[in-house]
Amino acid sequence: MSLAQLALLALAVPFAGIALIVAAGRHPNLRETATFATAITLFFIVLSLAPAVLAGERPRAVLFEMLPGLDLALEVEPLGWLFAAIASTLWVVSTAYSIGYMRGNQEGHQTRFYACFAAAIGAAIGIAFAGNVLTMFVFYEALTLVTYPLVTHHGDEEARRGGRVYLSYLIGTSIVFLLPAVIWTWLAAGSLDFRVGGLLAGQLESGTAAILLALYMFGIGKAALMPFHRWLPAAMVAPTPVSALLHAVAVVKAGVFAVVKVVVYVFGVDSLAALGGAEWLTAVAAFTIVAASVVALAADNLKRRLAYSTVSQLGYIVLAASLLTPLAVAGAALHLVAHAFSKITLFFVAGAIYTAAHKTLVSQLDGIGRRMPWTMGAFTVGALSLIGIPPFVGVVSKWYILQGVVQAQSWVAGAALLASTLLNAAYFLPIVHAAYFKEPTGEPHGEAPLPMVIALTLTAAGTVALFLFPGLPLAFARSVAGM
Amino acid sequence: MSSLSPHFPALLVVVPLISAPLIVLMRSGLAGWIASLGVAIAALAMAGSLLAQVLLEGTISYAMGSWPPPWGIEYRIDAMGAFVALLVSLIAFFVVPYCRRSVLAEVGEEREYLFYALLMMCLCGLLGMALTGDAFNLFVFLEISSLSSYALIALGRDRRALTAAVRYLLLGTVGATLYVIGVGMLYLATGTLNFADLAPRLTALEDTRAVHAALAFITVGIGLKLALFPLHAWLPGAYTYAPSAVSAFLAATATKVSIYVLIRIYYSVLGPRFVFADLPVGELLIALSVAALFIASAVAIAQRDLKRLLAYSSIGQIGYITLGLGLATEAGLAASLAHVFNHGISKGAVFLVAGMMAFHLGSTRFEALAGVGRTMPLASFAVALGGLSLIGVPGTAGFARKWLLVSAALEAGRPWIAAAVLLSSLLAVAYVWRFVECAYFSEPPEPVAARAPVPLSMMGPALALTALVIAAGLHASPVLETAAAAAAGLMEAGR
Repeated sequence: MSLAQLALLALAVPFAGIALIVAAGRHPNLRETATFATAITLFFIVLSLAPAVLAGERPRAVLFEMLPGLDLALEVEPLGWLFAAIASTLWVVSTAYSIGYMRGNQEGHQTRFYACFAAAIGAAIGIAFAGNVLTMFVFYEALTLVTYPLVTHHGDEEARRGGRVYLSYLIGTSIVFLLPAVIWTWLAAGSLDFRVGGLLAGQLESGTAAILLALYMFGIGKAALMPFHRWLPAAMVAPTPVSALLHAVAVVKAGVFAVVKVVVYVFGVDSLAALGGAEWLTAVAAFTIVAASVVALAADNLKRRLAYSTVSQLGYIVLAASLLTPLAVAGAALHLVAHAFSKITLFFVAGAIYTAAHKTLVSQLDGIGRRMPWTMGAFTVGALSLIGIPPFVGVVSKWYILQGVVQAQSWVAGAALLASTLLNAAYFLPIVHAAYFKEPTGEPHGEAPLPMVIALTLTAAGTVALFLFPGLPLAFARSVAGM
Repeated sequence: MSSLSPHFPALLVVVPLISAPLIVLMRSGLAGWIASLGVAIAALAMAGSLLAQVLLEGTISYAMGSWPPPWGIEYRIDAMGAFVALLVSLIAFFVVPYCRRSVLAEVGEEREYLFYALLMMCLCGLLGMALTGDAFNLFVFLEISSLSSYALIALGRDRRALTAAVRYLLLGTVGATLYVIGVGMLYLATGTLNFADLAPRLTALEDTRAVHAALAFITVGIGLKLALFPLHAWLPGAYTYAPSAVSAFLAATATKVSIYVLIRIYYSVLGPRFVFADLPVGELLIALSVAALFIASAVAIAQRDLKRLLAYSSIGQIGYITLGLGLATEAGLAASLAHVFNHGISKGAVFLVAGMMAFHLGSTRFEALAGVGRTMPLASFAVALGGLSLIGVPGTAGFARKWLLVSAALEAGRPWIAAAVLLSSLLAVAYVWRFVECAYFSEPPEPVAARAPVPLSMMGPALALTALVIAAGLHASPVLETAAAAAAGLMEAGR
């Protein structure tokens, strides 16, 4: 099978999985087996693309012509592979987790849940492997729509309100900012293909470049750049597996992935640096990082605190991309991976606590580390990784971003990173402290169901493994940065 | 067949025209339905072959009764006319099979054969308008389609259908009268009614008051028929209370053919330079269209009945079409024509599915639709998909309007029009989500005993047309390229 066919297959597998899941809807065990089989198949397909992509091949496949002169097309390049690899790897783990969570909490509409989940992964693969801006935009919008039923899964008034915020921010930004940006690019460049060095390189004046960049950056609402971040905490009404995979991995990573992709392949790092059109972006990202950390500090609801932590961490990636130096771009790509593994662990923990102890507030977590040692151990690992302490993967990406900061001599960025590290510690470590050193309260309980514990242990172990063996993601990240 | 094909322009109109009295003579609903089905299939085949022929070989001129133009009536089929004829017959092809059970339930057995006769008359009128090259002949077809549609609307089972039909009758008659007054003035000024013959003669007469008045009469008259804001008062009631199949058919075709007439008069008769450059018709259209985009869409949000909501949505969506026309550029015209087709199939699909709900639940009011996502999952999903096309989500037919209109507005150096197009689609999100939240987030009312299940003959066409909306969104090139060819042809001829 040719590489291009493999890329098409990667896109087709999740959608074929939907059919299997729906067909097996009445038999939960069969249905979950179908999800697992789909996830594992996808994982191996994506993995099998790695050697060729690393060797410099860029498999291309055209689905069909969508608009005159504009195809719906796929192309696998290093950054996209990295995103697809994260999404497919963590889909496997989170499927195990979902089974434990959905059954443990006796949630309804499980067939719809698994089907939409598969559709969301399919859309994420479409974004990752998009061969041009139009394809990326199509799957970006699809991702918003297929995750809406997941966010509003409970179907109550709170879900409906959360869903409204979710949709209005994501659809609103993409219609009002992103779509005109795409059309403008098409009119200016006569093409929408991603190009090494930048599709728009040499075609823009500095003023228009800044406006177009702003349309893209605020248009990609999934990157949660302030002031368009409120959908992310609103989406926390979803069941926790959704928050974990979609709002730590697929959806938000689709956002920052698109940001990096636009900066690197639409504007071009060097040409944007020459135009000086990204300085404001550094400032906005720095503000987002610090402000979101401050909000996280005050949040008592654990998922809300994690959501604002995500807003802040996404800011890291946008910040790194805005620095426009090779090391910072590599850092941005690496932080996609690092944050995904660390944050999904933390969300898994939040869901495990909810399932085992029915607790949702930070203030209720006194002494919980004694009752759920595995779970809180994993939480500690995830938190330390995000603060940026070895031996966890967070320090690797932070190291690259900091080097990029020095390379770019951007002291705003440096100050924001420093402040945010302190704030990260300030909002994560008290939880760890309370969990281990305070007396437990309330009814005694044990660990969450086994599949959930296995899942969160695996992702926590992943953060260590990626610190010890960062070779593969590092190779891809350096390839993105052209190093 | 090949010996018939030169006569397709005539047959496309004559076949439905003859079928109507035959259906009345047979006095049988079933026979009427079968005859209509045959006519719809034949019309689709003929319209498709005409479009292919026009795209390959250029404009076709057909002399009715072999009387050469300009003395006889000429049927002059260019890419735009064939394109609109294809839309009309395509919608008929989906609506007629759907009619059988829907009409039995909503109109009743004793008037069923009359329904099919009227539907065929309406089809004949709409196709005739798209094909004829004669201004007065066009008026005749306009009246044929209008009179039959007044009667079709009045067949709705709600008594309010009667007032809606009378209101449409009054306003529609005013519209047709204004059109014919305008045509009369052109005839007095030039002595001809043939479009191709009128155009060169009018160039010399552009400064006369008669031609200016004719333009005003025709614009307002056809504006009434196409529901150009604020001349839309007849539309919401007509679409809400008409039988479901009629709502779908008229919403998808009637206003679209009227828009075609306006474009035809502007580009092939009066000439774009006169209409848009010498006179500010374009600015007027843009102002009214933008008002429609925001006001009609905002009113749609406040509706408590799905069909009524869709009717107000239509007024807004028509605004997108007239907006592209008002831009007076080739790209804008292509955007308009593409949206004529794309909105036609989208709105047709949603109205057909809404008809399924009316059939099963007895009403399309939101109280009745509460929780319909659970009781009618397929139909609800189809309305949601059609709704996404009204919003213009990529991957649905409606996306092309945003892409083309925004490009056309930016190319014309009018970014605020692009902004209006984009911002107004946020209102579409709001009105579509009114339905989504009603269908999926509310509890169904107490179950009414033994509701009739929706028959396959309704579900099949409705879902197939919805699938076409998605297909035309993912692979939009054929429609967009045809629209672009039609626009280029008009521009070429108007020069």
